[in-house]
Amino acid sequence: MTLQTTIDRLPPTRSAPPGALASALKQVARLGESWPAMIGGGLVLFWVAMAVLAPVLAPHPPNANNMAALAYPFPSAKHWLGTDHLGRDILSRLMWGARTVLLVAPVAVLGAAVIGSFLGLMAGYYRGWVDGVISRVGDIILSFPVIILYMIILAKFGSSALNIIVVIAVTKAPIIARIVRGITLELRERDYVMAAKMRGESSLYIMFFEILPNARGPLIVDFCLRLGYTTIIIGVLGFLGIGLPPPDPDWGGMVKDTYGMMLVWPHMSLIPCAAVSSLVIGFNLLAIGLREISLRD
Amino acid sequence: MTDRTVSPLLEFRNARISFMLRVGEANVIPGLSFSINPGEAMGLVGESGCGKSTVALAIMRYLGRAGRVTSGQIMFEGRDIASMSEDELRRIRGKRLAMVYQDPMSSLNPVKTIGSQLMEVPIIHDDADEAKARAMALRMLDEVKLPDAASVMNRYPHQLSGGQQQRVVIAMALITQPSLLVMDEPTTGLDVTVEAAVLDLVRELRQRHNSAILFISHNLGTVVRVCDRIGVMYAGEMVEQGTIREVFANPGHPYTRGLLDCLPTLGRDKHGSPLSTIPGQVGSPLSRPPGCSFAKRCAFAEEGRCTTVPIAIETLGGGHLAQCVRTRELPPYQRREGLSGVGNDDESVPAMLEITALRKTYRQTHGLFGDTGKTVKALNDVDMFAKPGKTLAIVGESGCGKSTLAKVLSGLVTSTDGAVRLEREEIGTVGVDKRPQSLKRKLQMVFQNPDSTLNPSHSVGYVIGRALRRLKGMSRREAENETARLLDVVKLNGDFAHRKPHQLSGGQKQRIAIARALAGDPEVMIADEPVSALDVSVQAAIINLLNELQTERKTTFLFISHDLAVVRYMADHVAVMYLGKVVEFGRAAEVFEPPFHPYTEALLSAAPVPDPTRQGERIILDGALPSATDLPPGCPFSSRCPRKVGAICDTTPPPEQQLGHGHRIACHIPAVELVALQRGGAPAKVAAKA
Repeated sequence: MTLQTTIDRLPPTRSAPPGALASALKQVARLGESWPAMIGGGLVLFWVAMAVLAPVLAPHPPNANNMAALAYPFPSAKHWLGTDHLGRDILSRLMWGARTVLLVAPVAVLGAAVIGSFLGLMAGYYRGWVDGVISRVGDIILSFPVIILYMIILAKFGSSALNIIVVIAVTKAPIIARIVRGITLELRERDYVMAAKMRGESSLYIMFFEILPNARGPLIVDFCLRLGYTTIIIGVLGFLGIGLPPPDPDWGGMVKDTYGMMLVWPHMSLIPCAAVSSLVIGFNLLAIGLREISLRD
Repeated sequence: MTDRTVSPLLEFRNARISFMLRVGEANVIPGLSFSINPGEAMGLVGESGCGKSTVALAIMRYLGRAGRVTSGQIMFEGRDIASMSEDELRRIRGKRLAMVYQDPMSSLNPVKTIGSQLMEVPIIHDDADEAKARAMALRMLDEVKLPDAASVMNRYPHQLSGGQQQRVVIAMALITQPSLLVMDEPTTGLDVTVEAAVLDLVRELRQRHNSAILFISHNLGTVVRVCDRIGVMYAGEMVEQGTIREVFANPGHPYTRGLLDCLPTLGRDKHGSPLSTIPGQVGSPLSRPPGCSFAKRCAFAEEGRCTTVPIAIETLGGGHLAQCVRTRELPPYQRREGLSGVGNDDESVPAMLEITALRKTYRQTHGLFGDTGKTVKALNDVDMFAKPGKTLAIVGESGCGKSTLAKVLSGLVTSTDGAVRLEREEIGTVGVDKRPQSLKRKLQMVFQNPDSTLNPSHSVGYVIGRALRRLKGMSRREAENETARLLDVVKLNGDFAHRKPHQLSGGQKQRIAIARALAGDPEVMIADEPVSALDVSVQAAIINLLNELQTERKTTFLFISHDLAVVRYMADHVAVMYLGKVVEFGRAAEVFEPPFHPYTEALLSAAPVPDPTRQGERIILDGALPSATDLPPGCPFSSRCPRKVGAICDTTPPPEQQLGHGHRIACHIPAVELVALQRGGAPAKVAAKA
């Protein structure tokens, strides 16, 4: 018998008492089975904690200028990560800046997932011209140089958290639509979909209750990856000056303001860069871990 | 058979194999001893999960990262495979040891030609030069009876049929003259007629090449066909081994008896007696009972003797061994014989389902742009009927149109022409979306693949409850109570409602699927190969369940199968299909007696018979199924028919000969002549007329 049948023969795990919370907790507990998921989850949790607790933990107000610190802006006992060129505490700004990233990125990706899943389900389920239109429009969006697209749209409509979210959601949706479409094309031929048709279920029911739940594994993995990419994009937008308007702290903006002083005061731009990297790596490791766990099933 | 003077080629010496899993050590093989002598063919049978494939993988040392031989030895040609270096292994794998897997498509590289894949083996192992390798490859292709070997060399795997691919894999395995050939379910995915041909080929090649064979199969009939000895595995132990004749005539282990008894052998039918089953399922390798692993499923188990201490292996003489303390106390084995009864059949009862001149054609499309203008005639003038409360079985090889017929009936596709009437109401042209709820309730379906029949995201309770709510308009609470009742009908505990499909075995999934189909109290139930993916013991239980349901609820079944023994057992009426046409139709008792349509005859003769005393000469159908895009103008079977009478078969459609009670045969040979020919025994093998 193969390993798979061996596993199949294992006594069924005691079925959890009905309750979404319990089963969700069990899923989260499974993250402990994978090292990448542990490290990635740890990094992400660290930044979430920083963001949530910023008002309590941040040693200084994020926009307070301490001109005296400019004499020695490097990390010190008073300013653990030093100050920037205007004498603002970098640690405090990172903590407050995490709030932007961790609010904008998930909401934007969630928006992309919702739009993308819906379009992908429609394309994969109905096929034919519906698929043609959805897939081609998606291709056009994906073939556009996104940074230029962002600049045009944000320059026209102005830079705000909402606009950034909308822009990212729309441009990322086609990627998710593609994934969901592929899964739907395969799952729509399954016998359980036939059985649903034979008891007279509507197409919407079949798409959302028979097909979509089985796409959740790949979707969750992709969600984490996409969070990482979106973190980078938000950083880039800030760096290009079309992120959130100043003076509120923004990781990309922090790099933009100080990269000219790289040779003199490298910490001012490198520390925010490291923050972006650590969060992106966190999301990516989480995605890798989740994939590992889902493949084990 | 077991010559003591010869040293065995392969010997398992108390080998213990485990997989190291997160949850602990899964001891799949607790300690296995058996041997195969040079040139000997040994069969390995047992339900899935009994460790058959692990044995095969251990011989090749393909156990993966988690699997290891924790003690004992696996000796091959006098050396322990488990302790060989990778280098030594590479030298014997493919040269001295070869393996044939179940799915030929995944054994062949799709981007390389057959020739280059075959030639690679002698080039790597024998340092043959290209010319020599080519000559060897050509000779092997000839030996496996592939017509036109030279052109096969230049083809790619996807250009061959499944049977041809498996022949290529066998050729590849034998090209270096290995001393041991391990075959893991080599014919499981093939049609019966193709299977018969491949099995005969294996038998013949074995004698010519003098290779020993370890033949793993879940089908006792195929093992009988090929092997000298048989080993029966249960929960990783070889509970019985001996010569085929000895084991089949006098099985010394209750498990072997159970396996033999649960087969619906040709000649038995549901009017006789229910099939015997083996209750329960194979235990988990994570926890083994102290005594006999089979005790909790065994009718002969005795508390204490069987359940407390490890069971010793008893010798029954002539190399016949059985791991059972009660083996000498078992009553003499009586093979269950053709108990067939008579079903009451009132011809005046109007048909429940009537299919007349049904056609379904698909337009063939090709690539991105297009319509090739060709049509595939999946169903071509199909006539048949099913009586209320009876079973109509449809048999035929893959590609005969039986699944298309099921799809038309269920409304998943609509018919092109002709009529399908359910209680005089036309349903063939009504797609499933347009069917009224009352019709959906009347006609439900059970699907073939237990792994895709249930949505992995939904619990059993939800699946059945949803069907009840949709089909019967029940409230949530009513549906919950009714779900418990339906689970009881399919003989599952009410707790199953909370389970998800991954916590179910194949047989349990199929029971849930039946419960789901029963939710609306259907009058007609289509069952598309509902048992073909299941183990024999589970298959018997599902067949019994279906028959019980029919007796209680008077449900009409449309039972689609390729297994003639199952069809014989289940059916009241049988339709034999070939290339979209019904070649023979009638009451089961009549279809399974001469005169047969030559295709029915070939199918019957190809069906593997799990009885060493009844291995007649078989009719081997050569050639492949013709393409359904350009059907021959005459009889669809003419290109492969062993009883072809002449040009008339190719040019003129055969007449439908009516033989009374609705029995009809579409053949040019008059029925009286067919009877005379077929009572006289099978015709001599007729070569391909491709």
